[in-house]
Amino acid sequence: MGALLIRDLRLAMRAGGGFGLGLAFFLLVAVLVPLGVGPEGDVLGRIAPGILWVGALLACLLSLDRIFALDFEDGSLDLLATSPIPLEGVVAVKALAHWIVTGLPLTLVAPGLGVLLNLPVAGYGWLVLSLLLGTPALSVIGAFGASLVVGVKRGGLLLSLLVLPLYVPTLIFGAEVVKRGAAGQAAEVPLLLLAGITLGAAALLPFAAAAAIRINLR
Amino acid sequence: MDLTVANLTVARGGIAVLEGVSFRLGSGRALVLRGPNGIGKTTLLRTLAGLQPAVAGEMSVPPESLAYAAHADGLKAVLTVEENLRFWASISGTQAAEAAMAAMNLQELRDRRAANLSAGQKRRLGLARILVTGRPIWVLDEPTVSLDAASVALFAGVVRAHLAAGGSALMATHIDLGLAEAEVLDLTPFKARRPAAGGRVGAFDEAFG
Repeated sequence: MGALLIRDLRLAMRAGGGFGLGLAFFLLVAVLVPLGVGPEGDVLGRIAPGILWVGALLACLLSLDRIFALDFEDGSLDLLATSPIPLEGVVAVKALAHWIVTGLPLTLVAPGLGVLLNLPVAGYGWLVLSLLLGTPALSVIGAFGASLVVGVKRGGLLLSLLVLPLYVPTLIFGAEVVKRGAAGQAAEVPLLLLAGITLGAAALLPFAAAAAIRINLR
Repeated sequence: MDLTVANLTVARGGIAVLEGVSFRLGSGRALVLRGPNGIGKTTLLRTLAGLQPAVAGEMSVPPESLAYAAHADGLKAVLTVEENLRFWASISGTQAAEAAMAAMNLQELRDRRAANLSAGQKRRLGLARILVTGRPIWVLDEPTVSLDAASVALFAGVVRAHLAAGGSALMATHIDLGLAEAEVLDLTPFKARRPAAGGRVGAFDEAFG
C-alpha cells in the first residue's frame, strides 16, 4: 500500500499531475474576495472564516474526479482490483494521497491567506486546526463520490452534485470553529464534531467506495 | 495448480453471453480461447479474474491465483518503464521487476517514460507486469496486439518458460503464438441462447445481485 501512496504522490508531482490546482484556486479566492467586497476590515474579518472554508472546500472539489478516473481510463483500476491489496485499502490510500496533495497544502497556506482577509488574531490557531481535522473528511467523502461515478464520462458535474450535500456538515462545523475561535468564544464543541465527521467518514466510506467500484468495474 | 471451470455462465450488461463453459487447465498447460468478436472472450476472462461475478457455475481456484492482463496495460505515461514495473512488483509483493525487464527485453528502455514508448513497447511492458505478479495462472486477453514478430516470439518464449516452471496460461488470441503444445477451445458452442429462445435475462438490480 505504501507503493501505491508513493506512486500517487509521484504522479501528482510530475507534469500534468494536478498538484497545485486546488492551491491556486484557494489562493485566487482569498485574493479576489477582498477586492470584490471592499477594504472594510471588520466586514472582511467577519466573513473570513466562511470564505476560507468555502474556498478550501471548492478547491478540494476541483481535483476529486481525478482520484479514480485516470486509473480507470488506463486500466490500472482493473489491475488494482485483481491485485492482492484489498480495494478498501486502495480507496483509503488514494483518499490519503488526495489529502496530502490538496488538503494539507491548503491547511499550510491558510494562515497566510487569513491575513489577506483580516482574520482576527485569535482565529489563526483554530483555522489551521479546523482545516487539519476537517479536510481529510473532504478527501474521503470525495473519494466515495468519485467511486460512484467511476466509468462515467465527464462525471465531474454528477460528482459535484453528489458530494456537495455530503460536504455541508464539514463546512458548517469547520467554519463555526474558526468563527467562534476568532471571536474568542469556546470552539471545542464544533471542533469535536468536525473530528467526529472525519473519523466516521474515514472508518466507513472506504468500504462503501470499494463496493461502488466493484459494481462499476463489471 | 489446476484450474477447473464447470458449467460457467457469464453475462455482459445483464444478458448472458456464454453458458455452460467447462474446461480444465492443468499446470504446465496452455489453453487458447477462440471465437468470433463479441462471443464473450473478454467477459469470460474478466469473470475468471474476479472482476465480475459469474451468473452460474464454478471455478476451482480463487481469483487470487490468477494474473490478469487486459486490453489496457495500466501504465502511467509520466512514470518510467522501471517505475511502472517496480510499482506493480511491490503491489504484488515480489522482487521480480529486474527479471521481468530482462525477460521482455526492456532493460535499454528502463529510464524512458511510458509516454515515449511505441505501442509495441508499451505492450511488452504491460506483459512484463504479468511476470512480476508471481501468480501461477496467467489470464491473457489478446496479449499479442501491436507486437511485431520478434516480440511475439519473445513472449512465446516467456510463456513457455512459465509453463515449464509449472504455471499455466489461458489466452484469448487470434494470432498463433507458435505454442505447439497449446490446446484450443472454441467458444462458439457455448454461445448463450437469446432471451426469446429461453435464455437467461438479467434482473433489473443486476448490480446488487
